[in-house]
Amino acid sequence: MHSHLQPGPLPASMQLASGNALKHFLTIEGLPSTVLKAIMARAEQFVTLPAKQQKKAPLLRGKTVMNLFFENSTRTRVTFEIAAQRLGADVINLDIRTSSATKGESLLDTVRNLEAMNADMFVVRHEHAGAAQFIARYAAPHISVLNAGDGRHAHPTQAMLDMFTIWQNKGDFEHLRVGIVGDVLHSRVARSQIHALTTLRTGEVRVIAPKTLIPTGLEGMGAKVFHTMEEGLRDLDVVIMLRLQRERMQGALLPSEREFFKLYGLTEQRLQLTHPDSIVMHPGPINRGVEISSEVADGERSVILEQVTNGIAVRMAVMSMIMGSTMAGGGA
Amino acid sequence: MNLLIKNARVLDAAGEIDEVCDVCVADGFILTLIRQGSSDWPTDFQPDEIIEAQGQYLFAGIVDLAAWLREPGLDHKAILATETYAAATSGITSLCYQPERDAGFNNAAQVNLIKDINAKLNYATVHVIGNLTLSLAGEQLSNIGGLRRAGCVALSNGWEPLANLRVMRRAMEYATTHEFTVFMYPLAHELAADGCAHEGEVATCLGLPAVPAVAETMAVAQTLALMEMTGTRVHFCRLSAAGSVRLIRQAKQDGLPVSADVAVHQLFLSDMNIVDFDPLCHVKPPLRSHADREALLQGLRDGTIDAICSDHQPHEVDAKLATFQDTEPGISALETLLPLAMRLVQTQELDLLTVLRKLTYAPASIIQSEAGRLTAGAPADLVLFNPDTAWTLQLEKMHSMGKNTPFAGWNFTGSVGRTFLAGRTVYQSSAKNTM
Repeated sequence: MHSHLQPGPLPASMQLASGNALKHFLTIEGLPSTVLKAIMARAEQFVTLPAKQQKKAPLLRGKTVMNLFFENSTRTRVTFEIAAQRLGADVINLDIRTSSATKGESLLDTVRNLEAMNADMFVVRHEHAGAAQFIARYAAPHISVLNAGDGRHAHPTQAMLDMFTIWQNKGDFEHLRVGIVGDVLHSRVARSQIHALTTLRTGEVRVIAPKTLIPTGLEGMGAKVFHTMEEGLRDLDVVIMLRLQRERMQGALLPSEREFFKLYGLTEQRLQLTHPDSIVMHPGPINRGVEISSEVADGERSVILEQVTNGIAVRMAVMSMIMGSTMAGGGA
Repeated sequence: MNLLIKNARVLDAAGEIDEVCDVCVADGFILTLIRQGSSDWPTDFQPDEIIEAQGQYLFAGIVDLAAWLREPGLDHKAILATETYAAATSGITSLCYQPERDAGFNNAAQVNLIKDINAKLNYATVHVIGNLTLSLAGEQLSNIGGLRRAGCVALSNGWEPLANLRVMRRAMEYATTHEFTVFMYPLAHELAADGCAHEGEVATCLGLPAVPAVAETMAVAQTLALMEMTGTRVHFCRLSAAGSVRLIRQAKQDGLPVSADVAVHQLFLSDMNIVDFDPLCHVKPPLRSHADREALLQGLRDGTIDAICSDHQPHEVDAKLATFQDTEPGISALETLLPLAMRLVQTQELDLLTVLRKLTYAPASIIQSEAGRLTAGAPADLVLFNPDTAWTLQLEKMHSMGKNTPFAGWNFTGSVGRTFLAGRTVYQSSAKNTM
């Protein structure tokens, strides 16, 4: 029983302490553009800092970061692990799906038990929307929560590494046309990207998918909806492809992977519709021949591998900002 | 025990009465109303108590069509003793016990148990709604004949799905054989899937699994089509969608024996209230859009929606301490039914007699109860109400075991001074009358 705890709203505004300092990193929604730009600037410092020097600046020395993954994802977990280790933190990985949660322990009890182990930061991935906000609200006050993906709600570090990659390649957002293609319905990445793009005042944000993969009322988030690649890709500066999960065929959302590729796959030919300097992004892992052709994925416009590298720098940036540590010297 | 209540503003939706008069109560029943200036004093009437009620409203006790009373199967959430007392403090004198999986009524014995428990408490009348299907599993009929003899006022399958339309047809026909009204919770479960929020901008932004409004209207349409064939009297519970109001309005015009209710919170909250994943606003059906809310109010005004109910769902604290979709839906609502309904009068959304009709006479008629009116011969279930008392809802002052309400901290005007059940005082406010 947690009779001393009062259920109630879990406002995302709790991620900001006074002076817009990051206390948690839960969602892009509601963050001012200055915070997003500060994250990118900090990430830039980590990218330009040689690895050797990074190890000399262990900003999180003595801190303990716990990766709480209620939903499996080795790739994402590893990027957070590397980021935390490069900052000098102790990292503990917990795959909770296979431990207490399956024995009926409540999320709150799990969190209570883990915080008793002197953690400073929880990196949380959970299959339910709002889980990171829930943990941030009820965890002990000294603990910071970093959302590594909650349901279909948010994946803010992924969105920020994408923004950072766009910024590196394209500079200012205000003149850009950015399109997100594919399964927006199930995508927390797309939602966080849309929030980030609109916060950074991107010229135009589009989503392109059949009706079955566009959630109701998406326009309210500030994205224009297109149902054909021929219209949607036109003059884009940035094309972001989303991963199509194979199980989508079962829910009668799509007839087949073949048809999806035929209508929404990104090919060299379709890429001609975009701006001649456009870049192509994908959060990975790629389904070649389903959402993107190999020529495009490996082509000169693809920045997919840059995204992977930037992922670590952005996560280091967010972690160090949350822990309130400042970079001494080492500016870009 | 005879009572004389003097000089109250008497409000009776059944008789369209709104005037200052004296009310005589004899042996638990209303004897007569004496209008001012009239000298029709009933012969042989000797009051044991005379209540001076100038400046107060007097109206029939509220008849709440939906309270999830939990005992005995879910008594960690609530028990009859606490919930019926909470009802009495809030001017509710009749409650309909809504069956659910772990607290349902398959047979007369289960009904009698509740009646026995409540007879000892006697804060409010508890009517029982029986299970439509055995254990609400949606496959076989419950012991409907027995439930009729045990005095159930209606049958319902709650939010539990029926196996298919054939079962639904048979259940409606069998219920009609026993002259039962079926309380239908309209939901096309295939369309709702595991949704927990209204399908729209807010749920999309939050990434919550969503229930489209059409999941409700589809079920309303199907039920109406079956009603035309089976002749069943159907009461639609907890409307939330504009489309349902439209369909039921048409059905009433077509002369179908149909009625409907709305939970009072649907008239105040919308999906905007869940933007911070507030589990206290996790309700079923989900809070919908402003346009739906407007349509529900219009449905109340034009008579499409007959009743306003609490949909009282008390929970233990832990039921609301989880991720939004893992929390149990529902609001502990007995103590906010009348205050919120009165707010509709104060904001001029509805007039006073209309609101009282939706709380008393109309729901009483739906369950064929003689309560809910101030007619001579009706049970003296009465509420004395101080219309000007200002107060704030505080969790620690709630009487229900469930403290799960999003209305904590809300300011209300008007409070229950005294509640009578069959002429007996079951609650009297300790606060001074602050007219």
